[in-house]
This record gives sequence, C-alpha cells and structure tokens, in this order.
Amino acid sequence: MMKTRTDEEDYWNSSKYKAFTFDDEDDELSRLQESKRAVNSIRGLVDDEDNDEDDMERVSWSGEPVGSISWSVKETAASNQRTDRDPTPFPRISTDVANVSRGHSGYSLSSLFKGKMKGGNFQSFTDSLTDSSVRLYAPELRKPKSEYKDLVSDWSPEETVHRMQQGKVVSLEKFRSLHDKLLLLDFSVSAHDGNVITAILIYLKRTLSKEVLFRELESRQTALRHFIHYLTETRDQKLLLDLLRSLGRTEDTVLLQYKEHLNISDANKRRDFLKSCVSLPFSADDLAHVQDHFTLLDRQIIMEATDGQNEREGKVEIFQKFPRKAPIHNMPLIPTLHYSCLYHYSEAQQETFSSPLSLRHTFKISEKQFFVTALAARVKLKAWSDVDALFRSRNWLGFTRKKAPLGFHRVVDVLHKNAAPTQVLQEYVALVDDADLRISLAHKHKCHDIVINTYRDLKDRQLLLGYREKVESGSAAQKKIDELLENPQIRWKN
Amino acid sequence: MAHSARRDSPKLPDFSLLKRLAKDQLVYLLEQLPGKKDLFIEADLMSPLDRIANVSTLKQHEVDKLYKVEYKPIVSTSDQLCFLIRPRIKTVKWICDVANADKAAGRFRRYKIIFTPQKFYACESVLEEQGLFGDVTTDEWSFYLLPLDDDIISMELPEFFRDNFLAGDQRWVRTAGSTLHLLHSIYGPFSKIYGIGRCSKMVYESWREQVEEEETKARQAEIGNVFLIDRDVDFVTPLCSQVVYEGLVDDIFKIKCGCVGFGTDATSDKNVKVMLNSQDKVFNEIRNEHFSNVFGFLSQKARNLQTAYDKRRGMDIKQMKTFVSEELKGLKQEHRLLSLHISASETIMKKKTKQDFQEMLKTEHSLLEGFEIRECISFIEEHIIRLVSMIESLRLLCLLSITENGLLPKDYRSLKALFLQSYGVEHLLTFANLKQLGLLVEQQPGETLTAMESKVGKLVNDKTAGKLTDAFSSLAKKSNFRALSRKLNLVPKSDEEYNLRVPRDMAYIFSGAYIPLSCKLIEQVLERGGWTGLEEVTRLLNGHEFSVTGNNGADLRANNDAPRIVVVMFLGGCTFSEISALRFLGKEKGYKFIVVTTAITNSSRLLEALLENHMRPVNT
Repeated sequence: MMKTRTDEEDYWNSSKYKAFTFDDEDDELSRLQESKRAVNSIRGLVDDEDNDEDDMERVSWSGEPVGSISWSVKETAASNQRTDRDPTPFPRISTDVANVSRGHSGYSLSSLFKGKMKGGNFQSFTDSLTDSSVRLYAPELRKPKSEYKDLVSDWSPEETVHRMQQGKVVSLEKFRSLHDKLLLLDFSVSAHDGNVITAILIYLKRTLSKEVLFRELESRQTALRHFIHYLTETRDQKLLLDLLRSLGRTEDTVLLQYKEHLNISDANKRRDFLKSCVSLPFSADDLAHVQDHFTLLDRQIIMEATDGQNEREGKVEIFQKFPRKAPIHNMPLIPTLHYSCLYHYSEAQQETFSSPLSLRHTFKISEKQFFVTALAARVKLKAWSDVDALFRSRNWLGFTRKKAPLGFHRVVDVLHKNAAPTQVLQEYVALVDDADLRISLAHKHKCHDIVINTYRDLKDRQLLLGYREKVESGSAAQKKIDELLENPQIRWKN
Repeated sequence: MAHSARRDSPKLPDFSLLKRLAKDQLVYLLEQLPGKKDLFIEADLMSPLDRIANVSTLKQHEVDKLYKVEYKPIVSTSDQLCFLIRPRIKTVKWICDVANADKAAGRFRRYKIIFTPQKFYACESVLEEQGLFGDVTTDEWSFYLLPLDDDIISMELPEFFRDNFLAGDQRWVRTAGSTLHLLHSIYGPFSKIYGIGRCSKMVYESWREQVEEEETKARQAEIGNVFLIDRDVDFVTPLCSQVVYEGLVDDIFKIKCGCVGFGTDATSDKNVKVMLNSQDKVFNEIRNEHFSNVFGFLSQKARNLQTAYDKRRGMDIKQMKTFVSEELKGLKQEHRLLSLHISASETIMKKKTKQDFQEMLKTEHSLLEGFEIRECISFIEEHIIRLVSMIESLRLLCLLSITENGLLPKDYRSLKALFLQSYGVEHLLTFANLKQLGLLVEQQPGETLTAMESKVGKLVNDKTAGKLTDAFSSLAKKSNFRALSRKLNLVPKSDEEYNLRVPRDMAYIFSGAYIPLSCKLIEQVLERGGWTGLEEVTRLLNGHEFSVTGNNGADLRANNDAPRIVVVMFLGGCTFSEISALRFLGKEKGYKFIVVTTAITNSSRLLEALLENHMRPVNT
C-alpha cells in the first residue's frame, strides 16, 4: 500500500501531469468563488434582467422554454391531472407571433409539398435552393392505384429485394420453393438492409417449419442474428429458446432462461424460479453465482418477514431510530450485508440467518469486503466502539495496534462519506502512512492538530503562518498556533 | 483560445437548411391529416422536435393536445390520433392496444403513425397481426439529421449502437446511407470517401446504390471529403474520463440534444436549461479547453467584465446613454453566461474532488501506458467493493480488458465475482453482453503467447481473422491496443512537461496522456490521402478499411473550400472529447471538420446501452 501511494504522489508531482490537479482545490476553488462573488456583486445593474426577454429564452417553472414541445406535453399532462378544469391544453403561449416569423421558411408550405418526398430524392429541392430564384419542388407523387395492378408480376428475388429497399409494395407470396425463399434471404443479406432481411425472415417464419428455418439459418450468421433480435423484440421467448437449443448454444439458452426472473416481481415466485435455474447447464462459475442469487433471495425473504414485523410492531428500537427505506428483496449481496450490519450487528453468532457473520460465512465474503461494509454501517450509526473493534488486532506481544485490510486514506474516505465527526476523522487521518497524503487529507477534513503538528515537526514557520490565516480566528487551533509561534524553544528553519 | 490557426479556416456550409427541410416535411405530413388531432410523441423525439419546430407550428396545423408516449391507456377525447414515433415494435404494439381497446369499447377514431426517420416492415407486420393494418395508417418523416451546432450533426439514434454492434442487426445501415445521401445531395458531390469498419463499408455501399439510382448534375460542392468510422474500431477513447470542458459537462450534467440542465447544485436558485453551442460566447471559448485552463479563463473574464461595468462611473448623461444602448445589453448577456459557467465549474470541481477523481485518472493513464497493472487492478477491486459507482466500475474493467487484450482468467473470475456481489447477480447478463462485444473478456489459455506476438505484429492477425469467421456468436474482435498504440504513438512517452495551455497535439484532451485512436486514424489517412503506409495498423484493426475517389461531376472551378471540409461520420456515436480533438486537428492542418454521428455518446451512455432494460438507471 505504502508503495502505491508514494508512487501516486510521485506521479502527480512528476512534471508531465502537473499542470492539472483537481485536488489543488483551495486555490482554484477560491479563485473561482472569488470570480463568482465579483460577478454577483455587479448584479445591481443587471437585476432587471427579467424584464428583457428579447435576447433569452423564456423558461417556465419546470425549466423548459415556454412554447417548447416538451413544455407543452408537460402542460397537457398537468392539465389532465387537474381533472380538465382548464379546457385549453395550451394555457400560455405568449411568444406565438415572434416564433412563427422567426423560423418561417418563407414558402407557402402547402404549395411546396405537392407530394411526398420519397426514397431520398432530394435533388430537385437542392436545386431550388442553390438557384437564387425560388423554384417549387414537387417530389414523386403518390402513384395511382392502377400502377400496382400487376403486383404479382414476375419480379425476381433480386428485384424484389431491391424494390423492398426502396419501400415499394411487393408480394412475397409467389416465392414458394425453398430455393426461392433462400435466394430472397441471401439477396437481402448482401444488400445490407436489416429492415428487408427481417421482413423476409418474418415471411420465412410464417411459411417454413421451424426445423427447416433453423437448419438454414445455421449457415447464415447475419440472417440468424436478425432473427434472434426480431424474436427478442417481439418477446417470442419460446421460439427463441427452441432456436438457441437447436443451434446448441447452451450458454445463450441458459442466460435467456435465467433472464426471465427479471420479469417476475413477486419475491416468492422469483425465488422459486431462481431455484429452478440452479439445475440449468450453466458453466461452473456462473452456476455458483446463480446458486448464490437463489440463496440470497431466499434468506432475504426470511429476514424481511421478521424485520418487517418488528418494524411494524415497534418493539425493536433500532427500526424506530433508523427507519428502513424499503424492503430488502432483490438487494445485491453487499448492500444486504450493509443492511445486516445496520440492523443485526449484535447478533454475532453465526446461527441466525440475518447476522453479518452468517452472511459472510455463507457467501464467502472476503475480509476486505466485510471490513469496508461493516465500517460504513457502524460509522453511519456512530457506533464508535464497534468501529474501534474493527481495527483492533493484537500482535504476538499482545500490544494492540490499529490495522486495516486497506489503506487508511480509504478508511478516511469511508468515514467521511458516512458523516463521521472531525475528531474521529483526525484519529484515522493520523494513521495514513504517506506524509504528503496525510497532510492533504488533514487539510481537506480540517484536522487542524495534524496540520499544525506536522508543520511544527518540520519547523516550518512560514507554512504555520500561512495556515494561521485559514483557521477560524479566535479558535483553539489559532491559539495553539500562536503559542507555538511564540515558543522560544523551537528553532524554526525559516 | 490558446490554439492558433495555421491557415485561414474554410467556411462551414449552412446546415440550418436541414432543419427547415425537416420542419417543412413535418408540416406537410400534418396537413395530410386535416381536422383536429391529438399528437402523441415518443419521449426521445421531443427534444429533437423542439429544435426544429414548436407548439405554435403544430397548433397551426390543427394539433390539439400533445402527449408523451407512456405505454399506458390514453385519456384523449379526440377523434383523430396521430403518433410520432421511432420505428420500434414495442411502441407499435402499444398503439395497437390503444386502437383495439377503442374497438372493444365501440369507439371510432382515426389513427395515423408517423415513423421517423423511416418505417420498418417489422413494425407494419405488428399492425397486420393485430388486425389493424389499414385502420391504422402509416407515413414516414425523413428527419435524418439534426444540426446540434455549426459543426455537429446528430442522427439522434442512440439505439444504433446496441442494435448494430451488440445484436448485429443492420436495420440502420440503410438509414445511415440515406443520411449520407441527403448530405451528398445538398452539399456534395463528395470527391473522396474514406472509411474503416464493417458497418462503414455497408453504409458506403448503401449510399452508393442510392446515388446510382438517380442522375447527378454538376454542382458546386461544399463538402469534399467524407470519413466513415465504426465505433468498435476504437472503444478506448469513449471509455476514458473526459477532461475537456464540454465533455466534462456532458459526463456530469448530461447534455441532451445540445441542451443541458444545470441542476440545482450548480446554480443556486433553480434548475436552468441552457443551450450549449457556439452562440454562447463564453462557452464557445472554453468548450475545447482542458478543464484546468477553464478557471483561469473565467476569472480573467470576470475581471474584464468588472472593468467594463466600472466604466460607467464618472460618465455624464450622454455617455451613459450610449453605454446603455450600445454596451449594456452585451455585458448583461455575458454576465449571465459567465455566472452560469462559473457555477457549473464549481459543481464539477466539487463532484470531482469528492470521488477520488485523481486516482481514477491515474489508473486510466497507467492502463493506457500499460504500466503498474497490478496496482490498477487493486484500485478497480476496491472501487467495486466500496460501491462507488456501478458504471464507473464497469468502465474501468472494460478499459483494463481492452488495453490488456483481455483479463487473466484468475483476475476475470475474481473481479466478476466482486462485481456481482456488489451490484447484483443479474449482471451475469451484462457480462455476457460485454463479452459478446469484446469489451470485457477473459484471455483464452495460450493467448499469453499472442500478446507477445502482437508486439511482433504479423502472425496474430491471420489467426484473428480465422477466429472471426468461425466464431458464430460473437462480433467481438481483439483490440490489439498495445500494438496499435506503439505503432501510432498514441501514448506520448516524453517525460517533458505537457503544457495544457498550449497543446502540441490531440493528446491534450486527455491531459497529454493519450491521443484518441479514432482521431489519430483520421489525421493519418487525411495526411496520406488514403491508407497507404498504414497496412500494419489496419491489420491490427481487423481490416475493413477503404478509400475511394469519386468522379461524379464535382464542380471544381474557382477557389473552393470543399477539399478542406471533411465530414466525419461516427457510426455508433462519438464523444465531445473526440469533437474537441478534431477541432484542434482542423486548426492545426487547415481543415474544417463536420461531425455527423448517430448520437453523442460518452462512457456511461455506451455502457448503459449494454445493460438489460431492467437494470438501466431511470433518467427520463
């Protein structure tokens, strides 16, 4: 650990990346805040900014620009909730006139669009715009019905695919031989048009037995992927499973089956389903995970039954003091452990289902995982004796010394995130090995004693003087600094 | 601000035309449906629609009420319902439910679906199956391209990425081809097209066929070159933390369709939605800057503003009058923008200092350099254990896998177990997806040898090619990142200081630690006028490169900017950092890049797209 941290320091102090550090926050941030103050202080002149809307968008209470579509949809939704008291869905559109003229193209739209723009025929429009005179553009008109009279005419598979790409009407019914069907499919694949590939697959699905279809797809990977995606989107789970099985894709098959549990909301049913998943041919590693998934949910159901009841009856103090946010069903393992460390920490014995130790044992939770999770939970509850106990370790002489399975800077981070008070933070900041890291953490968490003592030990009067400016005036820390500065016995190096 | 343009910049074509085109077509479609109607809009179409039209446009064409598609029974009392949707089976099924519920209740209405940008047969077949084909009529709104800024055009199709790269569904290939065709028809003809990636090739083909279907006329070209690139050519770049201002803002506040909601913590009072584009003068100057330069710039600006305001002291009435009429408005505008970006920077600072961002960056840089991998792994391990952020953990895992050409089986197993314990066993599905895409894989036994080979280069690729053809389930390919990085000098190894204020290359977008592979390829190909000399590189990228010169009546008379205008089309999304890098490259080499992308992406969007539905964070 020690080495890593030193390297890290070196790294950031090495010239290459020096130009950029976020943690230099004091300077940058204060500069920034200074700028902010400066900017805010000139508000006097600008306070009337609400009155001049001409150069900015009007924004409604929700932050959407008034007159925007998102805004209007919200208004509709809101007015529906207001049980239609207000008959108009658009209560205030103040910028109507301005908006219309702003974005207007200048053409009469209905005269411009005599027909529908088809297949990306933009040529004529472009010309009308590059020419300075306004030329109307009349794209391909909808074809009259009569043109389609020979629908079943003799388009070859290739021509058919081509027409489909252009969005024209075709009939696939005449392709009845397997040979023709596959030609269709192969042409669509070589045209790289997924839309058409899927269209043809839908036709093949309807007109071929699944055995034949699956067999042919096996040698057509692109088409196969489209088919799998189509079945996934239409949620044709059964056919998809058949397909994957017939292809011998065991891993995909079992994952697809396992995935089904996400659609089951009832905890008991989900548990039963997961139990059935355990017998699926997962790989050894994955099987262990799925087994854990089942065991965990099973245990959560038991814990929830007891805890929920205890909470409702108000018998157990901890649930009153720290009300639970939600049932614990479907929580991942580590959050469950965290929960257990919050509410069941005292059940030290492994026998109860809900105790942290029992969870740790059942799921083979590593020391580091356990330590971090328990630490966060006990700090959150301000159970300092438990926190102390986590660090206690005896060496062979019987002395106790604080030890942690991960760096103390991480410990400090966990403490800080769980709102530990400064005295506690100070105790652990002091244990950070790396001197530079220690001092920067001490700065960050305002552990004045550590900073002051470090500077005293360095005999650095200048740094101490500098720090005096940062602590609150009249505080204990400032007094301490003053005493040190006046202490004639210290030989300052500067 | 710090960059100096080497040559005069060519002028960009005017893309507002695209908006007008889309709007006019929408109006036409609405006019085809006379009478009052209620309009249901798909949630992810609302913002794009907002950019080209507004409520009054719709109202003028007899749209009565507007609703968001919410997959619930509807409350409309209108006799005509119009649905403006993406071509998705799920949405069409919902519309069928609505229509069939009406039928059952004996209620008669007219239904119209407008698919955008195009319809799919699979959607129509749902209508057919539900007995509604004909009762529900359909149309297409060819709204292919939304200009988000002067040099960014988006197809707003985030699902392109998952559909194409994960599912292997080519439904959007023709769409992308048509998109290119649209640009070609208006701003072409193109003279040179380069590309790399399977999808790029297909899109090129689709475009070419569409061009062949019609006659072309000689015109003055506005866009000369096109570069097509698949997202899976470079996954490393979008997985890196963004540190350029615009990218950071996207990572933290999520820019949606060119608009961002600075949350309550950024601006003290309320949630403000702001458009972020070149119109915002302050933003325009800092968007491409490394974040460390942004503070200095903003403070300087604040001081200048103060001075400008101070000028009014001691003015007489006449001077004051001129000041108010000429300068005040501009100053106020600037003042507003300035305080906005200062607040945003403040939030970014707070967020980033909170989550040991520095250590994270250090880990990323080590991974890119291939340095101290064990330390990186233990950082990732602790990151997972501490439940810092699921997506960030995944991001680091993927970055580790791609840069190392897969994880050692032992590491793969233990990190996967930790992840499942922290974030839920159902992420087995996520891991399967990541594996399929090649983003997070286990090194196969015997591959330690290939890692060696990749240094030597050659052998490995014939093997990879062989594997590709017989691997039936996976589109994944080996990343060969390390070898590519050496070949293209992606990780500057100099020990000298990298001055982020005066960047010397595109690496500045990642603090000088890495030149984005995607942009480096573009630079190299443009410089060489093709792939000649890059054979080794393309082999490491598994091929699919092309470079074609067109002879399609480009009018090359007169002094024309077209050859210096380059459209870069990212299939599967691009990040703001990449756009910044290209802007830098453009300034250095005298090009102007126009980025056309299926959607703006970043690491979290990319990874969230690979989660199964139920596990995606809800954010709409």
